[in-house]
Amino acid sequence: MVNLGLKIGSLYFKNPVLSASGTFGYGTEFDDFFDVGRLGGILLKGSTLEPREGNPYPRMAETPSGMLNSVGLQNKGIDYFEKNIYPRVASYDTNIIVNVNGNYIEEYVALAERINKLERISAIELNISCPNVKMGGMAFGTNPVSAREVIRAVRAVYQKTMIVKLSPNVTNIAEFARIAEEEGADSVSLVNTLLGMAIDIKSLKPSLATITGGLSGPAIKPVALRMVWQVAKAIKIPVIGMGGIMTADDAVEFIVAGASAVQIGTACFIDPLAPVKILEGIEKFLVERGFSDINELIGYVNRY
Amino acid sequence: MPKTVLDFQIIDNKQLTRDFFILELSAGIALPEILPGQFAQVRVDGSADTFLRRPFSVYDVNYEAGSIRLLLQVVGNGTKALSLLRKGESLNLILPLGKPFSKPGEEERSLLIGGGVGIAPLLYLGKYLRSIDSDFEYLLGFRSRDRIIEYQEFSQIAKVHITTEDGSEGEKGFVTQHSVLSGTNYSRIYCCGPDEMMKAIGEFAKKKKIHCEVSLENLMGCGFGVCLCCVVKTTSGNLCSCIDGPVFNINDLKW
Repeated sequence: MVNLGLKIGSLYFKNPVLSASGTFGYGTEFDDFFDVGRLGGILLKGSTLEPREGNPYPRMAETPSGMLNSVGLQNKGIDYFEKNIYPRVASYDTNIIVNVNGNYIEEYVALAERINKLERISAIELNISCPNVKMGGMAFGTNPVSAREVIRAVRAVYQKTMIVKLSPNVTNIAEFARIAEEEGADSVSLVNTLLGMAIDIKSLKPSLATITGGLSGPAIKPVALRMVWQVAKAIKIPVIGMGGIMTADDAVEFIVAGASAVQIGTACFIDPLAPVKILEGIEKFLVERGFSDINELIGYVNRY
Repeated sequence: MPKTVLDFQIIDNKQLTRDFFILELSAGIALPEILPGQFAQVRVDGSADTFLRRPFSVYDVNYEAGSIRLLLQVVGNGTKALSLLRKGESLNLILPLGKPFSKPGEEERSLLIGGGVGIAPLLYLGKYLRSIDSDFEYLLGFRSRDRIIEYQEFSQIAKVHITTEDGSEGEKGFVTQHSVLSGTNYSRIYCCGPDEMMKAIGEFAKKKKIHCEVSLENLMGCGFGVCLCCVVKTTSGNLCSCIDGPVFNINDLKW
């Protein structure tokens, strides 16, 4: 038997495979496909204090080995979440993590305070990296001063595990990871999507209504992997890696680069069973290569 | 019915015209119940340009044989790759997805209107209507006589009215101009085709106060309600055409 369990802050994860926010709904959409409780954790889709309609259609463009999206945090707000969604997800036998967003620091703080009171929510992922909203999101995560302000403000009101989701759309992502660590974050997750664009040459117009959007999928994997490696070397708190992971081999690469856990995102669209296949594949890899504990593999590349 | 991910085997790939073809697929096991108007998300392997699945209406279902048929038009890299599949090759599908067409009331008379590849969900719907003895006719629009597909299939189950844009068969013009629309008393319209056609039919139905359902073809990422990319503006806000549709009542859409 191999040990797949690990800790992020004070929170125990039974295995390192998590779903990525915005690609897994509220988990319930996957009930037909597999037992969501098998995963180490699920990250629910991006939430805000107030309801949001999101961006106009078209919001998606397929690009080579990936896709652009500009959903814009469509969700029904925290009141609806508490009343209608929380009771349904509370029974999943795994860590349930809410992805927290806002236009202003005050909104992040108010939302974190509300979620702090929800017993079954084990952690929040502070999203300072959404590229598809006019205010907030990436605007916080690409400016060291405002990144520090929002992380500090939320840390002051949120007592449980706090993960900060970083934007790859910066010159030096390690700088932002260090800021998160200095301000008391328990972990950082990276990368959110890379800002991109596509043009429909039939109409000679941008493919997305918002013109730009976030690129995800295997197209970004080498960039994401490089950033996870850089960040893992720069900080002591655990790193959660993501960006184009489609297979267990991809996930192993991220773990070896320094990620304690991985999030599976866009892969869920193509194969809704991808998270469990990746979980099984990681376990098989450990057995075949003679590792008895996932923790032996984390950051393996940095030992030499 | 629960959604399932299933590997199918191609048992036939029949080319109809230059760009239309029908794939017949066998699951090898009992099929889940598939309702008229529901769709499948088809995985297209083998190219970096066909990263996402493609949504297609289920054209026909044969529960006894455990097989389904998909009516497809080559429009891009994905459908091109599918058109080249041969007997024996496998294809991965997620199905059944989406909300089906609603059932008509007992005394209702329906008109099923399709344009081009938009006729795809209407064969199975027609077979269902016939199985419940519900009265209906077809109105199908094509560009020209040589672009008419599957006339035999449709005419076996109900009367088929045809329009062609050049008048080479049936009435000349678009489906919206066909005399059957002004002449007969239908209480219900089911429509699938290009957006402009569905909008025009929707306007007509609203004016005449006819119950009208359309099947949308929005771009989809996942097909089961998690990516939130295929949204359409409705009276209840942005809804996903994959789980809240693809079939919508025209009165709920804010086009």
